[in-house]
Amino acid sequence: MLNVDHVHKSYPQGGLFTGGRQSVLHDVSFECYRGECLGIIGESGSGKSTLGRLILGMERPDQGTISLEGRSVLDRKARRGRISAVFQDYKSSINPFFTVEEAIMEPLRLQKKNPEGNAHSLKIDVLLSQVGLDKSYRSKYPHELSGGEVQRVCIARAISTEPQCIVLDEAISSLDVSVQTQVLHVLKELKEIYQLTYIFITHDIQAAAYICDRVVIFREGRMEEMVPIEQLKTVKSEYARKLLDHLITF
Amino acid sequence: MRNLRNLSQDKLAMASLSFIVVMIAAGVLAPLFAPHDPEEVNMKLRYASASWSYLLGNDHLGRCVLSRLIYGIRPSVLWVLVALLASVLLGAIVGFISGYFKGKTDAILMRVCDIMLSFPGYVMTLAVVGILGAGLENILIAFVVMKWAWFARVIRTSVMQYSEMDYVKFARASGVSHLRIIHKHIVPVTFSDIAVISSSSICSMILQISGLSFLGLGVQAPQAEWGMMLNEAREVMFSRPELMLAPGLAIVLVVSAFNFLSDALQVALDPKLMTSKPGGKLRGRKRGEQVAYEYIGS
Amino acid sequence: MNILEVEQLRIWDALTEEVIVHNSSFQLKQGQCLAIVGESGSGKSMTCRSIMRLNKPAIRQSGRILFQGEDLNKLTEQEMRKRRGRNLCMILQNGMGAFDPSCVIGVHLRETLQAHYGWNAKEVEKNMKSAMERVMLRNPVDIMNQYPHQLSGGMLQRIMIALALVLEPDVIIADEPTTALDTISQYEVVEQLIQLRKRMGCSMIFISHDLGVVRKIADDVLVMKDGHIVESGSIHSVFSKPQHPYTQFLVSTRRELSNHFRQLMQEEQHIAKR
Repeated sequence: MLNVDHVHKSYPQGGLFTGGRQSVLHDVSFECYRGECLGIIGESGSGKSTLGRLILGMERPDQGTISLEGRSVLDRKARRGRISAVFQDYKSSINPFFTVEEAIMEPLRLQKKNPEGNAHSLKIDVLLSQVGLDKSYRSKYPHELSGGEVQRVCIARAISTEPQCIVLDEAISSLDVSVQTQVLHVLKELKEIYQLTYIFITHDIQAAAYICDRVVIFREGRMEEMVPIEQLKTVKSEYARKLLDHLITF
Repeated sequence: MRNLRNLSQDKLAMASLSFIVVMIAAGVLAPLFAPHDPEEVNMKLRYASASWSYLLGNDHLGRCVLSRLIYGIRPSVLWVLVALLASVLLGAIVGFISGYFKGKTDAILMRVCDIMLSFPGYVMTLAVVGILGAGLENILIAFVVMKWAWFARVIRTSVMQYSEMDYVKFARASGVSHLRIIHKHIVPVTFSDIAVISSSSICSMILQISGLSFLGLGVQAPQAEWGMMLNEAREVMFSRPELMLAPGLAIVLVVSAFNFLSDALQVALDPKLMTSKPGGKLRGRKRGEQVAYEYIGS
Repeated sequence: MNILEVEQLRIWDALTEEVIVHNSSFQLKQGQCLAIVGESGSGKSMTCRSIMRLNKPAIRQSGRILFQGEDLNKLTEQEMRKRRGRNLCMILQNGMGAFDPSCVIGVHLRETLQAHYGWNAKEVEKNMKSAMERVMLRNPVDIMNQYPHQLSGGMLQRIMIALALVLEPDVIIADEPTTALDTISQYEVVEQLIQLRKRMGCSMIFISHDLGVVRKIADDVLVMKDGHIVESGSIHSVFSKPQHPYTQFLVSTRRELSNHFRQLMQEEQHIAKR
């Protein structure tokens, strides 16, 4: 469904007159199937955030293409209603001037079909209850909510248009561990209900193992290994082994 | 409006705001407020001191000082506001485009701004006045031409900072058009920054216009303007100092009022002061009452 | 022997009259590591900043903080400043924010060491070099000539640990040092902290919300919620038989993630041993 084909991306290094480009992503190709949760695991500097931005069509790759159901993600109209995202920094994920209700309505308003005015409103109540928040949250402002609550609102906002694919870019990394587990639960449930496809970008292997079906391990802009989650212990590359050894579990 | 309510917490700000509103009203409705014709010369009343019919006395040509003061609001305050609006608008458009789209557009626009900013302010104003001739409109044109680049720079910095925010990223990812993003997300957030820098620029603009009129380059006699009044009172500065007091004090009061307002605006327009409870003062975020210790859905 | 005793510590915000930490008391034994766990907003960082008296002026505190028998709350600012760094050292969460972004690391380190020891530049370099090598930082001289934004989070944390090694404080307060790091850096920093304690025998207060890291490094633990200490005891007893519902909740959520992972790995192979 989502097809990443031989993507390269680099950024110019240095000033106006010095040349040189720093390669951030090198020959990345993979495919994400409908209804699965694909984990992208990498340390900082591995290029995973850049990959997230490319998948969302916010930047153009130097080479290669990324397409969603055959249409390029660079086309704004192709993305509308089909792809959505939840980001890491909960403090800046929602416009401070918007209430929760307005924030969730934003992607809904873009839909061409606009049913009777009340339908959207009811939908918001449904979405909020699905992420575990009650109706009183509708009129609250983002600075009145805790980190976990903001991320839940962002998830509600992301699923409001029932997109085909949701990119979760370190969505739970800034939360407390106990809150992380709650949010992962919510994500799992929603995946069942709506048959969603997730692209879960993270550095935390335990969280990825909890929710993903398949993982891709990134290192310095290259794909090291791709493996279904049940076979995580059979990873062959040295870097992947190192990552698993250094994990601190409870 | 919420913002007005926030502002009302600050007494000094409310006082300044009312003062400014009254003054603008007086300037617009000058014919109603002013007791006499500002340009009516009456040589018998030269340098007369305050009396019941002429509350602030008369100047060197017997004209009513109070009326001249009120009519002087128009060029000194109202037209300045118009010029300010024009240059802020121009600067804002350039700033938004430059800050939001970045890349080559940004580079080109900023180089143009650099060129505009490299001209020394007063010299340029004098040059423009020299070319177009003296007069209020020409000075204001010169101001707009000089100031817009500065506004563009400052607004661009603000916009660049806010366009990196995650909510803008989300809007772009969702497929919202650029214009809509600027309208709904960038403008409200930068509005407070813009309001603050505008209100602080007003002060320098009022002073500059008064200064230029003092030099004789702005408003021409016999039109009333505060800087001109100061110039005319200069000759009798030591024998009749009260003639300098009225316009001088007026300038000081207006500039101070705008300064106080600008300080208070910075606090009042902070989005964190908005609450969902109507009419409530935000009482520090309560440590969230967590719903017991169960998982959701268990 | 208790090197640090906190009695009835109460912290409140003078502007909003909100109480942040309610009458808390705890002790830190010599040579032990005490962990303080809790969610964001529970007051753990505030407590530790209060021990160092580094809170904003609007935040007031009351109670007794006995460090080696001396009440820190009663000292003047001058005397407190002598204690900070020398006797009480702090390692912060965000490495990028802990160093001055406008000068190279070396300048910052030199200032600190000159203030406490009065060394000249050469002595500073010699001591820092050996300390940085002990925390596995290669090319210490190169690093000292770089700006904070050129280094990664893990490296900055290790530099702070190296500084602690040189200062040889009695108590180290580590405020969520591993939260912002990724897997490999986190592991290395935790290893370094354990080595630090072994080498210097100093006591440590370790704040975190990640129970896995806490279990690896600490001896005793305090659980805080909304400014109250809800449970305290040794690591083993609190984590295996938590009494308070909140602790049970924290433990169960953390365990859920871990158990799922272990099941995947089938236990025996990839767990970092204590």
